[in-house]
Amino acid sequence: MKKSLEQLGQYFLLMKIVFTRPDKGRIFRKQFFIDTEKLVLNSIPIIAVISVFIGAVIVIQTAYNIESPLIPKMYVGYMARESLVLEFCSTMVALILAGKVGSNISSEIGSMRISEQIDAMEMMGINSANYLILPKIASATIFNPLLMLMSFILGLLGGAMIISLTGVITLSQYSEGLQYAFRMYYIFYSMIKMAVFSFIITSISSYYGYYADGGSLGVGRSSTKAIVASSVAILLANLVITQLMLN
Amino acid sequence: MIQVKNLEKHFGDNHVLKNISIKYRPGECSLIIGASGSGKTVLLKSLVGLHEPDSGEIWYDKVKFSSLSFNEKKNIRKEIGMLFQGSALFDFATVEENVRFPMDFFTEWSESEKLERVNFCLNRVNLKNVNKLMPNELSGGMQKRVGIARAIALNPKYLFCDEPNSGLDPQTSILIDQLISEITKEYNITTVINTHDMNSVMEIGDRVGFIHKGELLWEGDKENVLTSDCEELNSFVFASRMAKKVKEMMG
Repeated sequence: MKKSLEQLGQYFLLMKIVFTRPDKGRIFRKQFFIDTEKLVLNSIPIIAVISVFIGAVIVIQTAYNIESPLIPKMYVGYMARESLVLEFCSTMVALILAGKVGSNISSEIGSMRISEQIDAMEMMGINSANYLILPKIASATIFNPLLMLMSFILGLLGGAMIISLTGVITLSQYSEGLQYAFRMYYIFYSMIKMAVFSFIITSISSYYGYYADGGSLGVGRSSTKAIVASSVAILLANLVITQLMLN
Repeated sequence: MIQVKNLEKHFGDNHVLKNISIKYRPGECSLIIGASGSGKTVLLKSLVGLHEPDSGEIWYDKVKFSSLSFNEKKNIRKEIGMLFQGSALFDFATVEENVRFPMDFFTEWSESEKLERVNFCLNRVNLKNVNKLMPNELSGGMQKRVGIARAIALNPKYLFCDEPNSGLDPQTSILIDQLISEITKEYNITTVINTHDMNSVMEIGDRVGFIHKGELLWEGDKENVLTSDCEELNSFVFASRMAKKVKEMMG
């Protein structure tokens, strides 16, 4: 318990150093675009594949579970849309990113720590935490909500694709369901969630990487801890945001 | 000149540096020697501010470095170059970008001026046509040279080297030693080198300080290292069978 509180304190102290004015705006912008490519653009393929398949699976499962002839078939589209926008495209995608991006960040920063690259920056008088971590947090927090939107659209397309292939319902029923009782606020809510989750993933993973020790084994351990801690924090944040925004 | 006064450092119950006081002068290669775990690296990292000392003072000329904040230390750090044990080259950057890194942060030079300075520094360490290579494409000796080129990029007044010869063959070690010594004399730099390589001591050690279990037990020049009365220093210097044999031959 004491160690956890110490770590929490250390995390907030690190964030205090991270959120300072960058030494040079030009260097920050360059780093920001590099990290956007690495953390956001490179995540598109995996998110796209998973979203299409999950969209398809949700449609099939919902269609086969609606047995009553009294329930209109268009509810398949409605339920697929709600499942995707409320939980999958933000929370599930964030958990996937915690594994992919989180381990990438913590191992990259961790290996820089153990090979004294961070010491070299500090020694030059560069705020290494600000230089290495702030662009990652900024790029993921700004652009990952767009990944959520992309995931939502591809999930819906995956549903449409499986309907065309299997004919579980008609495309017009699906389309009607997608438009039924549509609330734009849910998309806004999901994008806010994704922004918060992205902050959690990048900051926690950076924290574990920044304080990695114990050689290459230590880097591996910090990577594992980063994924576990980010995932737990995402689930807790999901609960809190949902309570605040949907209650 | 760098002056250290009564420096103390603990890690938990481990008393790593015990009341260290020493001076390092410009134009000299000052070597810190001692066994692994004796506190050499902690002393070096305390000197550059990577470790906060528990007590004592570190002076860079007339500035009390040890009492400055991170931002206040920046001005001194611009005048410091450091070569790390494993070179610590940024593995996300090419050789050219590594050497240019401090220039990007601390100068307003144009791109052509930076490139000119990069090429000058790489030439100075006898490296050519390596600008676009990544650090993992270089040999250990070449990585050390790029590390030195980066360390001298901003014309430092102070140069720190943490075991510059570790992992290098004897011939490359001598080349690196000579390079550091030449640069020190050429630019009148205050150079502090951590090493446990006795060849380096005899090659370039203008001043030598011996650290044993966190204490500075002996200080002198390289000629006196071999004839010292300090028992711990003798055990360290004449540790190998060959050194013992040479000592017997010397009588």
